[in-house]
Amino acid sequence: MTLARVLGTVVATMKCGDLEGYKLLVLQPVDPEGNPKGKTMVGLDTVQAGEGDTVLVIDEGNSSRLILGSSMAAVRTVVVGIVDRIQSGGGQ
Amino acid sequence: MKLGRIIGSVMCTAKDPALEGVKLLLLQPVDEVGKSYGEAIIACDTVQAGPGDLVLWEGGREAALALTNWFNTSDATVMAIVDRVDA
Repeated sequence: MTLARVLGTVVATMKCGDLEGYKLLVLQPVDPEGNPKGKTMVGLDTVQAGEGDTVLVIDEGNSSRLILGSSMAAVRTVVVGIVDRIQSGGGQ
Repeated sequence: MKLGRIIGSVMCTAKDPALEGVKLLLLQPVDEVGKSYGEAIIACDTVQAGPGDLVLWEGGREAALALTNWFNTSDATVMAIVDRVDA
Protein backbone atom coordinates (compact mmCIF):
# COMPACT_ATOMS: atom_id res chain seq x y z
CA MET A 1 0.00 0.00 0.00
CA THR A 2 1.02 3.59 -0.51
CA LEU A 3 0.02 6.97 0.86
CA ALA A 4 -1.79 9.57 -1.20
CA ARG A 5 -3.77 12.75 -0.75
CA VAL A 6 -7.20 13.11 -2.33
CA LEU A 7 -7.21 16.12 -4.68
CA GLY A 8 -10.80 15.73 -5.83
CA THR A 9 -13.21 13.58 -7.76
CA VAL A 10 -13.79 12.51 -11.35
CA VAL A 11 -17.31 12.35 -12.74
CA ALA A 12 -17.82 9.88 -15.59
CA THR A 13 -21.24 8.80 -16.87
CA MET A 14 -19.98 6.57 -19.68
CA LYS A 15 -17.75 3.95 -18.07
CA CYS A 16 -17.05 0.25 -18.16
CA GLY A 17 -19.14 -1.94 -15.87
CA ASP A 18 -16.38 -2.65 -13.37
CA LEU A 19 -16.42 1.02 -12.33
CA GLU A 20 -20.19 1.27 -11.82
CA GLY A 21 -21.25 2.36 -8.34
CA TYR A 22 -17.88 3.59 -7.13
CA LYS A 23 -16.74 7.15 -6.51
CA LEU A 24 -13.60 8.00 -8.50
CA LEU A 25 -10.93 9.99 -6.67
CA VAL A 26 -7.98 11.97 -8.04
CA LEU A 27 -4.99 10.89 -5.94
CA GLN A 28 -1.63 12.57 -5.46
CA PRO A 29 0.93 10.10 -4.07
CA VAL A 30 2.72 11.57 -1.02
CA ASP A 31 5.59 10.58 1.26
CA PRO A 32 5.08 10.08 5.03
CA GLU A 33 5.72 13.81 5.59
CA GLY A 34 2.98 14.69 3.13
CA ASN A 35 5.20 15.91 0.30
CA PRO A 36 3.86 15.12 -3.20
CA LYS A 37 5.79 12.60 -5.25
CA GLY A 38 5.13 11.31 -8.75
CA LYS A 39 2.16 11.62 -11.09
CA THR A 40 -1.45 11.79 -9.99
CA MET A 41 -3.71 8.79 -10.52
CA VAL A 42 -7.39 7.97 -10.29
CA GLY A 43 -8.67 5.32 -7.90
CA LEU A 44 -11.93 3.75 -6.77
CA ASP A 45 -13.19 4.78 -3.34
CA THR A 46 -14.29 2.10 -0.85
CA VAL A 47 -14.08 4.13 2.37
CA GLN A 48 -15.98 7.37 1.66
CA ALA A 49 -12.80 9.43 1.44
CA GLY A 50 -13.03 13.06 0.40
CA GLU A 51 -10.96 15.97 -0.85
CA GLY A 52 -7.99 16.73 1.42
CA ASP A 53 -7.93 13.33 3.12
CA THR A 54 -4.67 11.38 3.34
CA VAL A 55 -5.51 7.85 2.32
CA LEU A 56 -4.09 4.35 1.95
CA VAL A 57 -4.02 3.23 -1.65
CA ILE A 58 -3.58 -0.19 -3.21
CA ASP A 59 -2.06 0.16 -6.68
CA GLU A 60 -1.93 -3.48 -7.66
CA GLY A 61 -4.51 -5.50 -9.54
CA ASN A 62 -4.89 -8.77 -7.66
CA SER A 63 -5.23 -7.11 -4.26
CA SER A 64 -7.71 -4.65 -5.67
CA ARG A 65 -9.80 -7.44 -7.16
CA LEU A 66 -9.87 -9.14 -3.75
CA ILE A 67 -11.09 -5.92 -2.12
CA LEU A 68 -13.80 -5.50 -4.76
CA GLY A 69 -14.75 -9.19 -4.58
CA SER A 70 -14.57 -9.58 -8.34
CA SER A 71 -11.93 -11.85 -9.85
CA MET A 72 -12.10 -10.29 -13.31
CA ALA A 73 -12.53 -6.59 -12.54
CA ALA A 74 -10.28 -4.38 -14.66
CA VAL A 75 -9.28 -2.28 -11.67
CA ARG A 76 -5.86 -1.66 -10.20
CA THR A 77 -6.07 1.44 -7.98
CA VAL A 78 -8.35 1.31 -4.92
CA VAL A 79 -8.54 3.58 -1.86
CA VAL A 80 -8.78 1.27 1.16
CA GLY A 81 -8.25 3.49 4.20
CA ILE A 82 -8.36 7.03 5.56
CA VAL A 83 -5.20 7.87 7.51
CA ASP A 84 -5.73 9.46 10.92
CA ARG A 85 -2.10 9.82 11.95
CA ILE A 86 1.38 8.86 10.80
CA GLN A 87 4.15 8.36 13.32
CA SER A 88 7.61 8.07 11.83
CA GLY A 89 11.22 8.50 12.87
CA GLY A 90 10.92 6.33 15.98
CA GLY A 91 14.16 5.15 17.62
CA GLN A 92 16.27 7.98 16.24
CA MET B 1 -6.31 4.55 -13.67
CA LYS B 2 -4.92 7.63 -15.29
CA LEU B 3 -6.34 10.57 -17.22
CA GLY B 4 -5.78 11.01 -20.93
CA ARG B 5 -6.99 12.98 -23.92
CA ILE B 6 -8.01 11.23 -27.15
CA ILE B 7 -6.14 12.87 -30.00
CA GLY B 8 -6.99 10.50 -32.83
CA SER B 9 -7.64 6.95 -33.89
CA VAL B 10 -5.68 4.18 -35.56
CA MET B 11 -6.96 1.88 -38.31
CA CYS B 12 -5.50 -1.60 -38.60
CA THR B 13 -6.87 -4.08 -41.10
CA ALA B 14 -4.42 -6.81 -40.19
CA LYS B 15 -4.25 -7.27 -36.45
CA ASP B 16 -4.26 -9.90 -33.75
CA PRO B 17 -7.58 -11.83 -33.88
CA ALA B 18 -8.23 -11.04 -30.21
CA LEU B 19 -8.47 -7.35 -31.11
CA GLU B 20 -11.02 -7.84 -33.93
CA GLY B 21 -13.83 -5.32 -33.60
CA VAL B 22 -11.95 -3.21 -31.08
CA LYS B 23 -11.47 0.46 -31.89
CA LEU B 24 -7.93 1.73 -31.41
CA LEU B 25 -7.41 5.26 -30.13
CA LEU B 26 -4.42 7.57 -30.04
CA LEU B 27 -4.21 8.77 -26.44
CA GLN B 28 -2.12 11.51 -24.85
CA PRO B 29 -1.67 11.07 -21.07
CA VAL B 30 -2.62 14.24 -19.16
CA ASP B 31 -2.68 15.28 -15.50
CA GLU B 32 -5.66 16.47 -13.46
CA VAL B 33 -5.47 19.98 -14.96
CA GLY B 34 -5.25 18.67 -18.52
CA LYS B 35 -1.52 19.19 -19.00
CA SER B 36 0.14 16.62 -21.26
CA TYR B 37 3.00 14.44 -20.05
CA GLY B 38 4.94 11.61 -21.66
CA GLU B 39 4.39 10.23 -25.13
CA ALA B 40 1.12 9.40 -26.85
CA ILE B 41 0.08 5.74 -26.80
CA ILE B 42 -2.39 3.51 -28.64
CA ALA B 43 -5.26 2.32 -26.45
CA CYS B 44 -8.24 0.01 -27.02
CA ASP B 45 -11.69 1.54 -26.64
CA THR B 46 -14.57 0.17 -24.53
CA VAL B 47 -16.75 3.28 -24.18
CA GLN B 48 -17.06 4.75 -27.69
CA ALA B 49 -14.65 7.57 -26.94
CA GLY B 50 -13.65 9.94 -29.73
CA PRO B 51 -11.15 12.69 -30.53
CA GLY B 52 -11.15 15.47 -27.94
CA ASP B 53 -12.63 13.35 -25.15
CA LEU B 54 -11.01 13.37 -21.70
CA VAL B 55 -10.89 9.72 -20.59
CA LEU B 56 -9.77 7.34 -17.88
CA TRP B 57 -7.43 4.59 -19.04
CA GLU B 58 -5.57 1.72 -17.51
CA GLY B 59 -2.42 -0.10 -18.54
CA GLY B 60 -0.97 -3.52 -17.82
CA ARG B 61 -3.02 -6.64 -17.14
CA GLU B 62 -6.11 -4.62 -16.24
CA ALA B 63 -6.12 -3.23 -19.78
CA ALA B 64 -6.74 -6.74 -21.10
CA LEU B 65 -9.41 -7.53 -18.49
CA ALA B 66 -11.45 -4.50 -19.51
CA LEU B 67 -12.20 -5.91 -22.96
CA THR B 68 -15.11 -8.32 -23.53
CA ASN B 69 -12.74 -11.05 -24.67
CA TRP B 70 -10.26 -10.83 -21.79
CA PHE B 71 -7.65 -13.10 -23.39
CA ASN B 72 -6.13 -10.41 -25.61
CA THR B 73 -3.01 -8.42 -26.22
CA SER B 74 -4.09 -4.96 -25.07
CA ASP B 75 -1.61 -3.04 -22.91
CA ALA B 76 -3.74 0.09 -22.59
CA THR B 77 -7.52 0.41 -22.55
CA VAL B 78 -9.87 3.38 -22.27
CA MET B 79 -12.39 2.63 -19.50
CA ALA B 80 -14.45 5.79 -19.04
CA ILE B 81 -15.28 9.14 -20.63
CA VAL B 82 -14.76 11.90 -18.09
CA ASP B 83 -17.55 14.45 -17.73
CA ARG B 84 -15.81 16.57 -15.13
CA VAL B 85 -12.73 16.61 -12.89
CA ASP B 86 -13.31 18.40 -9.58
CA ALA B 87 -9.76 18.86 -8.29
